[in-house]
Amino acid sequence: MSSTMTEPQTASPEHSATDRAGDDLSEIVTFAVGKQGFCIEIEHVLEIRGWTKTTVLPHAPDYVVGLMNLRGTVLPVIDLSLRLGLGKTETTPRHVIIITHVQDRTLGLLVEAVSDILSVRDGEMKPTPDVASPQTRAFIRGVYSVAESLVRAIDVHQVVPKADGLAA
Amino acid sequence: MSDLRDSFFQECDDLMEVLNDGLTALDEGDCDPETINAMFRSVHSIKGGAGAFGLDALVGFSHAMENLLDDVRSGAVTPNAQVTSLLFVASDHLSDLIDHDREGTTADMSRAEAILNDLRNLSTAPAPAAPGELSAEEQEAAAAFQPLVLDLGLDLGPDIGADPGADPDPALTPAPTPGPHPGLDADLPDLGPFRDDGAARPMVITFSASEDLYRTGNDPALLFRALKALGDLTVTADDSQLPPLAELDAATSYLTWRLQLDPAEGVTPDTVEGVFEFVDGICTYDISDAPPVICEPPAAASPDAQPPAAAQPAPDTPAAPPPAADGPASSGASSSRSSASSRSTIRVELHKVDRLINLVGELVIGEAMLRQSMSEQGLTSHGEVDVAMGQLRQLSGFLQESVMTIRAQPVRGLFHRISRIAREAGREAGKSLKLVTVGEATELDKTVTERLTEPLTHMVRNAVDHGLERPENRIEAGKPERGTITLSAAHRSGRVLITLSDDGGGIDRARVRRVAEEKGLISPDDDLSDSDIDNLLFLPGFSTNAEVSKLSGRGVGMDVVRSEINALGGRVSLQSQPGEGTTVTISLPLTLAVLEGMIVTVAGETMVVPTSALRETFRTDEAAIHDFGADARVLAVHDGYVPIVDLGAALGFREEPDTITRQSLLLIENETGERTALIVDAIQGQHEVVIKGLEQNYHQVPGIAAATILGDGNIALIVDTDQLMSSQPPVTRAVADKPAEVPFRSAQACPAQ
Repeated sequence: MSSTMTEPQTASPEHSATDRAGDDLSEIVTFAVGKQGFCIEIEHVLEIRGWTKTTVLPHAPDYVVGLMNLRGTVLPVIDLSLRLGLGKTETTPRHVIIITHVQDRTLGLLVEAVSDILSVRDGEMKPTPDVASPQTRAFIRGVYSVAESLVRAIDVHQVVPKADGLAA
Repeated sequence: MSDLRDSFFQECDDLMEVLNDGLTALDEGDCDPETINAMFRSVHSIKGGAGAFGLDALVGFSHAMENLLDDVRSGAVTPNAQVTSLLFVASDHLSDLIDHDREGTTADMSRAEAILNDLRNLSTAPAPAAPGELSAEEQEAAAAFQPLVLDLGLDLGPDIGADPGADPDPALTPAPTPGPHPGLDADLPDLGPFRDDGAARPMVITFSASEDLYRTGNDPALLFRALKALGDLTVTADDSQLPPLAELDAATSYLTWRLQLDPAEGVTPDTVEGVFEFVDGICTYDISDAPPVICEPPAAASPDAQPPAAAQPAPDTPAAPPPAADGPASSGASSSRSSASSRSTIRVELHKVDRLINLVGELVIGEAMLRQSMSEQGLTSHGEVDVAMGQLRQLSGFLQESVMTIRAQPVRGLFHRISRIAREAGREAGKSLKLVTVGEATELDKTVTERLTEPLTHMVRNAVDHGLERPENRIEAGKPERGTITLSAAHRSGRVLITLSDDGGGIDRARVRRVAEEKGLISPDDDLSDSDIDNLLFLPGFSTNAEVSKLSGRGVGMDVVRSEINALGGRVSLQSQPGEGTTVTISLPLTLAVLEGMIVTVAGETMVVPTSALRETFRTDEAAIHDFGADARVLAVHDGYVPIVDLGAALGFREEPDTITRQSLLLIENETGERTALIVDAIQGQHEVVIKGLEQNYHQVPGIAAATILGDGNIALIVDTDQLMSSQPPVTRAVADKPAEVPFRSAQACPAQ
């Protein structure tokens, strides 16, 4: 997948030998955050849960909503909307938490709603347009066009809260 | 084979521990012959095992060591300081050799030669041992190191069975009950390494035939004759089951025989077993060692319950049990494994224990959830439910306690390692020292013990390198030339305290301060108390030694020690008296898994305050609270005034309240005796909570030790009271308008706490 990020976008129409890797099918989970469409790779998704109240964490960045209990495991929940600079989520029972596994950590991503699971070719991902705000761009790997709508591929590794700035 | 090797090396660890214990006793002037014997036997067993595995370097070295110990034992050599210190060096080297052999690497032979020479010079025995003597010993010792052989023998059914399996009426012959689970009995003697492998030991065989045996034309007498060919045989028939003649059924088997066989040379339990091969399944027999050879009977079992009653048919017997004997035979079989075990300990993979601990943790949560929902339903007032719940609670408590003790182990092994490091450090630094250990039996979670090795290593090196003065300076100061380092462990209010103290010169505070200023860690006009200066040593990268020494100047400082200990949920503190020495104290939680905590609510959040830190609770409307200055409050307790901190504000949940109304105060104390009163909104009660670390999925949070899951499934954070206090200057309300930045300045940002 990382290879497709650096691949020139001219590859797909030409069907050259070099874009064979781009033909690999992968599955993505699409969801809505702040009325916009986003997606992550399905291999990062463990399960999807309805919103439950979380326990507030002191001294946490504002986008860390709190801690949730997933069958005995304590994990942080991230307000993806706030993390992407789209404003704080006012949670309702209709909101969902996508439990993701990334860099040996398990964490919850608070989103508005999960829409679909789609199969895409890696080569179909297009680079992030320059118009996006820097805060958003930092978390987006690229974009897909799905049924005339734009789906932004989230770089989950960037979303993980970093421990920097904290005392050991 | 690799299993055998593994168990040999595991035995070596135990034997080295015995050796080290003995050496320590010897060093303290205890010349008890039993101590020296135990040391001799340890080395001897290591030698024997090493011989069996062809570890020649180990054999040669332990042989030389054994000779010296033998001389000490016989009185030919007096265990003076020279001998003791050589034995220490030799034991360290022996431990190295074992490690090398375990890893399959080659040891540094030049060092071995030097020590060997010293050993030979001191010992009176001829340098290369007389061949005859050596080989005899070798054989004996090699035999002593075959625990697997021993186990095999036992597996083949060495324990005797008095199981009259052929009796038609199970009621007459209660199933053999071999004491209360001898296999689980921790008091069973460890026959392990010092027991001879006994192929030719007297055996006791109990035999009873089923009707089928007679029906198929077999005759017990023929079997006994075959046994007699294997050695001296005494046969006793047990006719106690024989009914009065009138009731006798001619087709029923009533007799049981007890046979004592003194086997001839070369007869193994296997050979004996072979005799019964053709009657397998139609009789019940058990072969075991004759009672006198079995070492100590388990304390729990009654003496007469020994071999004959510790019944168990040979493992393969129940395959086709005599129809009538089904009941007793199978119950006997089920006990066979447990009674076959003669070891007092079992080695269990750690992850299995951890799994058990986790499950018990979940059980405790489940029990709490049940209790909570029952009280919500108003069910607890019903007598029977209440009693049953009480029982459940007690049982799960016991279960949890027992499970936790599995992981706990004495710090002895750790202390031995540290003593060794101290000795080596002393040698390298040219300082003569004595390491005194106190409280070696103190038990601590295995993980904690393992992870303590590094910080303690560093601390002891520091003590030798920086703490103890040079011998000439010590004499000048009127102290004994030999420095003393004391390493002690003790339980104190739910925690384990480990202290390392030296009788050296103490911390040179002027120098520490100068260095800290040079490195820009503090500014020259900082007003620092003595303990503030001492704490500078914990700052990252701090090293006062001008020339970086080989010992402790390795780019890591006391800050690494502190962060290691903090990661274990522990605290380090340091006290120093100029001219008298330095004491470093590590305080650790007993276990990493559970904690007794006070459940409180603060600003709508439920939190847990560890009761280990809690001293007293107060109601704010009844407590003596005084304003102090413009924006601080203190609580009057019987022996002074204690600063008051709002827990909600300290954690950034809310602004410091202007007035305190109808709240509760928790008086907490840290290891050094400093106290703070925490304001919370309400106290809910005391509970045992299972610790769930935050580091796994998030990272450390200042002021929070961990999280836990409450009975209702919600998460509560566990307050790190020590950190809260150490990073919370008593008066902080001046910055209360920026609550998020107030509370936790790390040690780095705030050296002067």
